[in-house]
Amino acid sequence: MDDARQAGPLIELRPQMLKFARLQLQDDAAAEDAVQEALGAALEGAAKFAGRSALKTWVFTILRHKIVDILRERGRTVQISALEKDEAQMDAAFEALFQANAHWHPASHPGNWDDPEEALAQRQFWRIFEACLEVLPANTARVFMMREFLGFETDEICRNLAISTSHCHVILHRARAGLRRCLDSGWFRPEARTC
Amino acid sequence: MLTCKAATHLMSEALDRPLTLGERCRLYWHLLACIGCRAFRRQMRFIRRASRAYRDHHE
Repeated sequence: MDDARQAGPLIELRPQMLKFARLQLQDDAAAEDAVQEALGAALEGAAKFAGRSALKTWVFTILRHKIVDILRERGRTVQISALEKDEAQMDAAFEALFQANAHWHPASHPGNWDDPEEALAQRQFWRIFEACLEVLPANTARVFMMREFLGFETDEICRNLAISTSHCHVILHRARAGLRRCLDSGWFRPEARTC
Repeated sequence: MLTCKAATHLMSEALDRPLTLGERCRLYWHLLACIGCRAFRRQMRFIRRASRAYRDHHE
C-alpha cells in the first residue's frame, strides 16, 4: 500500500543514482547492485517520508553507505599504481603555471571568480562540473570522490588503497588543481582558456 | 620563504588535515603578500562547497 505509492518516486531516482554510483565505482555491474540494494532498503522505510526531497536525500544517503561498503571491501584489490601517463600530464600542466622560482607565472595568476555561489544554482554549471570530474584520471578521481563525496577521512583512504599519507595528499592536490583549472576555463573565465 | 607552488599544497592539505602552527604561520605571511594565492584558496574552498552540494543534490 504505502510501499507501492512510494515505489514510483524511487524508481524515478534510479537513473540519477546509477550515474552517481557508476562515477564512483567505475564498474557497471557493481553500480547496478548498489543501486538495487539501496532501492530495496529505501522501499522498506519509504512510507515515513512525506516530501519528495526528504525521500531523495534519504535514498542517496543509503546509496552512499552502500558505495562506501563496496569500496572498503574492494580496498586491497585495487592497485593505485605508479604515476599514470594522464596524471603526469596533469602535473606538467600544473608545473607550467609557475615560473622557475615557483611563483605564479604572470599569465596564469589565479584570477577572481565572479559570484561562484550563483554558479551552484545553474544547471549548466553542474554539467561542466561533471565533465571536469570525468576527465580526471581514474585513480585521481577515485581518491577525490572518496574524500569529497563519500566523506572518507584521508587516513582511511590511504589505508584502504595502501598508499602513504603524503601520496594521498599529492593525489588530492592534483585533483583539486585539475578541477580548478577546468572550472576556470570551462565556466568562470572562458576567455582565459589555455587549452 | 614559502613559494606559491608550496602554498598551493598547504592550501589543499588544509582541507584534509590540521596544519601545524609553523605551516599556518608561513601560509599566513605568504597570503598577506600574494593576491594570486588568496584567489587560489577561495577557489579550493569553493570546490569543497561545490562537491558537497553535488553530493547532496546530485543535479
